[in-house]
Amino acid sequence: MRFILRRLGFYLLAAWASLTINFFLPRLIPGDPASTIIASSRGQMRPEQINQLKEALGISDAPIIQQYFTYLSHVLRGDFGISFSAFPSPVTTVISTGLIWTLLLGGAALIISFLLGNLIGVVASWRRGGLLDTTLPPLLVLIGAFPPFFLALMALFFLGLNMGWFPLRHAYDDGVAPGWTFTFVASVAEHLLLPAITIVLVSIGGWVLGMRNTMIGVLAEDYITMAEAKGLSQREVMFKYAARNALLPSVTAFGMALGFVLSGQILIETIFSYPGLGYLLVKSVTSLDYPLMQGLFLMITFAVLAANFIVDVVYTRLDPRVRTG
Amino acid sequence: MQAQDQPIEIQATPAGQVTPVPATLPPGRQRWAWVGQLLRNKKAMLGGGIVLFFILIAVFAPVVAPGDPTDFVDRPHLAPSREYWFGTEGQGKDVFAQTVWGARVSLTIGFATGIVTTIVGIVIGMTAGYFRGRVDDVLSLLMNLFLVIPGLPLLVVIAAYLRPGTTTIILALAFTGWAWGARVLRAQTLSLREKDFVSAAIVSGESNFRIIFREILPNMASIIVGGMIGSVTYAIGAATALSFIGLGNVSDVTWGTNLYWAQNNAGLLVGAWWTFIPSGMCVALVAFGLSLINYAMDEVTNPRLRAERDLSNVLKDRKLRDIHATPVVRRAH
Repeated sequence: MRFILRRLGFYLLAAWASLTINFFLPRLIPGDPASTIIASSRGQMRPEQINQLKEALGISDAPIIQQYFTYLSHVLRGDFGISFSAFPSPVTTVISTGLIWTLLLGGAALIISFLLGNLIGVVASWRRGGLLDTTLPPLLVLIGAFPPFFLALMALFFLGLNMGWFPLRHAYDDGVAPGWTFTFVASVAEHLLLPAITIVLVSIGGWVLGMRNTMIGVLAEDYITMAEAKGLSQREVMFKYAARNALLPSVTAFGMALGFVLSGQILIETIFSYPGLGYLLVKSVTSLDYPLMQGLFLMITFAVLAANFIVDVVYTRLDPRVRTG
Repeated sequence: MQAQDQPIEIQATPAGQVTPVPATLPPGRQRWAWVGQLLRNKKAMLGGGIVLFFILIAVFAPVVAPGDPTDFVDRPHLAPSREYWFGTEGQGKDVFAQTVWGARVSLTIGFATGIVTTIVGIVIGMTAGYFRGRVDDVLSLLMNLFLVIPGLPLLVVIAAYLRPGTTTIILALAFTGWAWGARVLRAQTLSLREKDFVSAAIVSGESNFRIIFREILPNMASIIVGGMIGSVTYAIGAATALSFIGLGNVSDVTWGTNLYWAQNNAGLLVGAWWTFIPSGMCVALVAFGLSLINYAMDEVTNPRLRAERDLSNVLKDRKLRDIHATPVVRRAH
């Protein structure tokens, strides 16, 4: 319990830190941030937008400490201001539409690559020096060396555009009405496939290597020899004795991986025009929609923090040493 | 380096007892033995060769592709030909020249960021690891905060506020990327600090500064170099990603801006694959070369991995299979 409280405290601190970064960043630029932004918008901004920008950034003539607390209280009330690009919807509404797609894409890709990667890692380490062990890890490392967005570009170009196997953009066909109908779900799945495969390809190597390396250590333990001596089947030793114990580091890595996926997904979503948080973030930056950008940064950060906290809680269930020590 | 010439006897003990490897080299030379081993490692050589190739291209860009890469040379979206090896892009600029010149800024950003993050990592990580206690608590908290806040979104937000330019990108990348190296160096400093030679240095009255930089630092050289290679890889990828989104200076010629223009001039949609493949491949190849060097470093400095490679060779020779035990290296005298 103490462990969980300590972690909770840490994540709250991290949330506060990202809020503070968010607040001070526009103020660190020499000069008045609002006028810098207005200047760089080259007259694209309407006067009411400028006022809203000032309000969203909490810029006023009040002392900076007071501005800071006004900003914090706004965020705590869930008030991130009004989006410019989707005027006049509030930032929170825009974010909530993107959140579903990001969670769908990121969640699906992460779970697939976690399960598949760990399974490959277990089998590869079990048959060490075998075909799977000698060919797959280096190949996945090679693929992992590619920048994710380049892999996505190539996948989009060759599989989507040239071959025509996959749709090129958006989360579902324009003609399909959202709802729990077969056509809609099929369309969503069809659009999900290529971006998800790209993320899986990029991230799976880490799982395979991590699992393989932990397994090699675990396989040297006495209880594995014992299990073999007892005459248990290979499959039982492999999964019930070795893999279960080797899984712990992978669970810890899961939280970090989520951060990576949400980060890396920004580009993948942009390339596939997949309407998640990352796509919105890039769009908000290019359309100078600063309230939306700030809200999205906070949202992505909070999502990562929450996921890490959940992983910590799960971890205490899995590893009793954390609970007691 | 005599270590390599000595016969290596491998024993696969089912119980996995680890036998200490006796130190055979004088401490000063043993410390740098990994450099020699690295130079004889095939992976490291291949990786180093790839990276060196691109560095040479960047340095000799005016010779390899004379002229201004931003000149309009011909009609847009021409396919690769004898005249334009990589074709022309959406505005009629020579893709080959852009790719060659793009190496300059991209590699500069990568290596400069690598150096900055490494210095920050050394200072913060080693201070935390050496002084422990309160100092460590505060610095570790800082590192963990930066590790848990997702990097690319933060980078995007920072870059959105700053005026685009090479220096600002380097600083932004260093700001978001220093914590990884710092944490690794902190852990290593913590463990080295317990060693006898550090105690001896403290007893003999050496200053903290001297102990950190003269006693501990050289022993972590391989980790520092490894971390630096890692952050160069990260920086090249992230800088390319930023420019690709349009957050770099779009009038600079970098691999990222090349991709940005390829995307913006609809190179993808008209089927002009040559507008984005060269720059993307360059980033991928440099990243691949750098990670090859890092894997080789791992192999050279991690005795377990090295032993495993030797074991698998022995197993192959004797046609043995299904050995699950973790190998142990024993050097015969």
